[in-house]
Amino acid sequence: MDFEDTPEEAAFRKQVATWLKANAPKDAGQGMFRAELNEKESLKIAKAWQAKKAAAGYAKITWPKEFGGMGGTGIQNVIYSQEEAKLSLPGGFFDIGLGMCIPTVMAHGKPEHLARYVKPALYGEEIWCQLFSEPAAGSDLAGIRTRAERDGDDWIINGQKIWTSGAHYCDFGILVTRSDPTVPKHKGLTFFFLDMKSPGVEVKPIKQLSGGANFNEVFFSNVRIPDSQRLGAVGDGWKVSLTTLMNERLAIGGGGGALGTNELIELAKSITFPDGQPAIKNSAVRERLADWYVQGQGLKYTRFRSLTALSKGQTPGPENSIGKAVSAQRGQEYTAFAMEMMDMGGIIYDQDIAPMHAGFQNGWLFAPAMRIAGGTDEILKNIIAERVLGLPGEIRVDKDIPYNQSPGVK
Amino acid sequence: MNFDFSDDQKLLKDQARKFLTDKSSLKVVRRILDTDETYAKEVWKGIVEMGWTGTTIPEAYGGIGLGHLELCMIAEELGRSLAPVPFSSSVYLATEALLIAGSEEQKQKYLPGLAAGEKIGTLALSEGTQAATPKTMKVSFEGGKLKGTKMPVPDGDVADFAIVVVKTGSGTDEKSISLAIVDLTGGGVSRAPLKTLDPTRNLSKVSFDGAPAELLGKQGGGWAVVQQVLDRAAVLVAFEQIGGADAVLATAREYALNRYAFGRPIASFQAIKHKLADMYIKNELARSNSYYGAWALSTNAPDLPAAAAGSRIAATEAFNYAAKENIQTHGGMGFTWEFDCHLFYRRAKWLSLCLGSHLSWKDKLVSELEKRNAA
Repeated sequence: MDFEDTPEEAAFRKQVATWLKANAPKDAGQGMFRAELNEKESLKIAKAWQAKKAAAGYAKITWPKEFGGMGGTGIQNVIYSQEEAKLSLPGGFFDIGLGMCIPTVMAHGKPEHLARYVKPALYGEEIWCQLFSEPAAGSDLAGIRTRAERDGDDWIINGQKIWTSGAHYCDFGILVTRSDPTVPKHKGLTFFFLDMKSPGVEVKPIKQLSGGANFNEVFFSNVRIPDSQRLGAVGDGWKVSLTTLMNERLAIGGGGGALGTNELIELAKSITFPDGQPAIKNSAVRERLADWYVQGQGLKYTRFRSLTALSKGQTPGPENSIGKAVSAQRGQEYTAFAMEMMDMGGIIYDQDIAPMHAGFQNGWLFAPAMRIAGGTDEILKNIIAERVLGLPGEIRVDKDIPYNQSPGVK
Repeated sequence: MNFDFSDDQKLLKDQARKFLTDKSSLKVVRRILDTDETYAKEVWKGIVEMGWTGTTIPEAYGGIGLGHLELCMIAEELGRSLAPVPFSSSVYLATEALLIAGSEEQKQKYLPGLAAGEKIGTLALSEGTQAATPKTMKVSFEGGKLKGTKMPVPDGDVADFAIVVVKTGSGTDEKSISLAIVDLTGGGVSRAPLKTLDPTRNLSKVSFDGAPAELLGKQGGGWAVVQQVLDRAAVLVAFEQIGGADAVLATAREYALNRYAFGRPIASFQAIKHKLADMYIKNELARSNSYYGAWALSTNAPDLPAAAAGSRIAATEAFNYAAKENIQTHGGMGFTWEFDCHLFYRRAKWLSLCLGSHLSWKDKLVSELEKRNAA
């Protein structure tokens, strides 16, 4: 048992580090300053960087060489991510496209689609988004309502998607629609990709409870999509959607970003409680710090167990599924507790006044999203119960009746 | 990255599981629960024959000279089976204390017997219903003789000798605390089993009235050794807790799949599914923390005190939660003597208190983190 790279891994890490040193932008590594960049500036830097990575094979390490990848292993991918993360480069713009959309096109598209779309996506020239969730269908994705109606060689799309990350700067999107409302819900779906600049597509940012706008609503008014852009057979949209969802990348790169237990301990040392002692000497504070630290360690070493499996060329075990269910709730709790320690002042959100640039307040305000996005806490626990523990699936009262006669559907 | 046990270590674990499934079923646990027997002697004999008692003892002292990683594998299976044997007292506590602080002569005197299972040892720390601290220690060691009462002492009525935490000075700090080895079968010792929540593991009251003993380690250095022993034992007991928690989850799952209510298996209700998912999550967090604890233990890493506390806190949380929610999953049947749920409920509590409380380990962990952040 150890935490060391194998000789092959160490050699790859060295190769990556050397390449990054020679090729990364000169001012990389100044994380905090880069976070100040606006999205447009970040996107420009990210696109240039993506092109460089793609040319060297690092943009998709696990893809076969014929698609511009490196033909590498899962652990090499993790090693690259770890090394690149040290440079705090603007990123994330291509994750959905290359992690979910393009793999779906690869699995269900025609050879000419692959020839046309894979390379520009890999090089960051074209960015893709995923048009799945709707106002009335989130956890129950198969309940979507956006209509697709056949019109000659085209389909006409009407409806609305929501929570679409990056829709405002994306060039293409993958889209799941309802093409037949008279059959049970999983059977009446059809899957497409489309040009986001098609007439009738309207993207609107969603103002979140945190005040920011990280996601969009996308409206479709008589949008025409050629039938040649259909992925999978008519009525097979659910099957195609599952390919997309199965390609969600292994979230084992490693936390980072938000304030963690170390900052919480520093805060507890710096605040004086009414008894004149630092907060960290208070037994209620100590008990909770211990709980959150231990949970954090548990997540970290669970990731290490998954990495070990990857390193051995195996698929990580089911333990990898606990990550978000634990971390999202934990984050909401400890950020709230940090404010509790600040007493009345905890409510202050001014980053010039609140400790650590209001990082805890900021984390708390965004925490509800973490418990919902990418699978709610409740759905994740269902997944653990069903796929890991083998417990029965939910009873689905709408499974075998026509979609348009299902409860709750107008 | 190779954060896993080796194939050989896993093989040892499989062998341990097979042996304990055959020889130490819950029937055996119930026999100890229902009778005056203090431990399952035939299981202990088998364990000794397999060499487990000598796992970390060097060959020069009659052991088999494997490491703590191997011992973690055995511990997990002992925990899974609830084996009613004095293993933790003799192997995690007495053996480790001797390995850490024993003189050459003491090692030669005690370790071969421990390895061969001919002698059972234990650590006598607590003095009543409060946490043991240098300030509260009263048992004295003067002129080579012990005086006072230790309670509860794990396997105190079973062990042949005990390492006793004693007061050797007039102060109230740790410099006044030492360790003494005493023969529990000799004069000046009286002992009696205590009525406890888990009769499948012995806890006793041990009183000394002039019992002859000798120092283990330096005078005034006892408290530091005790902390080291407890850190090591915390990791090993955490593996017992993980084994127990895993067994409980399997039981709860099995019952929920077969028990019908309202026309469906109760395992199809989200209230039960989420409960079992929570058990799984806590068990995995405990396992991951304890793997780190195992690494720190096997390499004697400077981070061992924090790693041990993390292992113990997570494993205590996991086993206690699993044991109580397993009864809840079983409903009324879970509250019967006939069903096995209570065996795990009892053992979970025993293990969660046997090396000091949940709260005290959390406090200790934060003290370690304070030191680290200050450095």
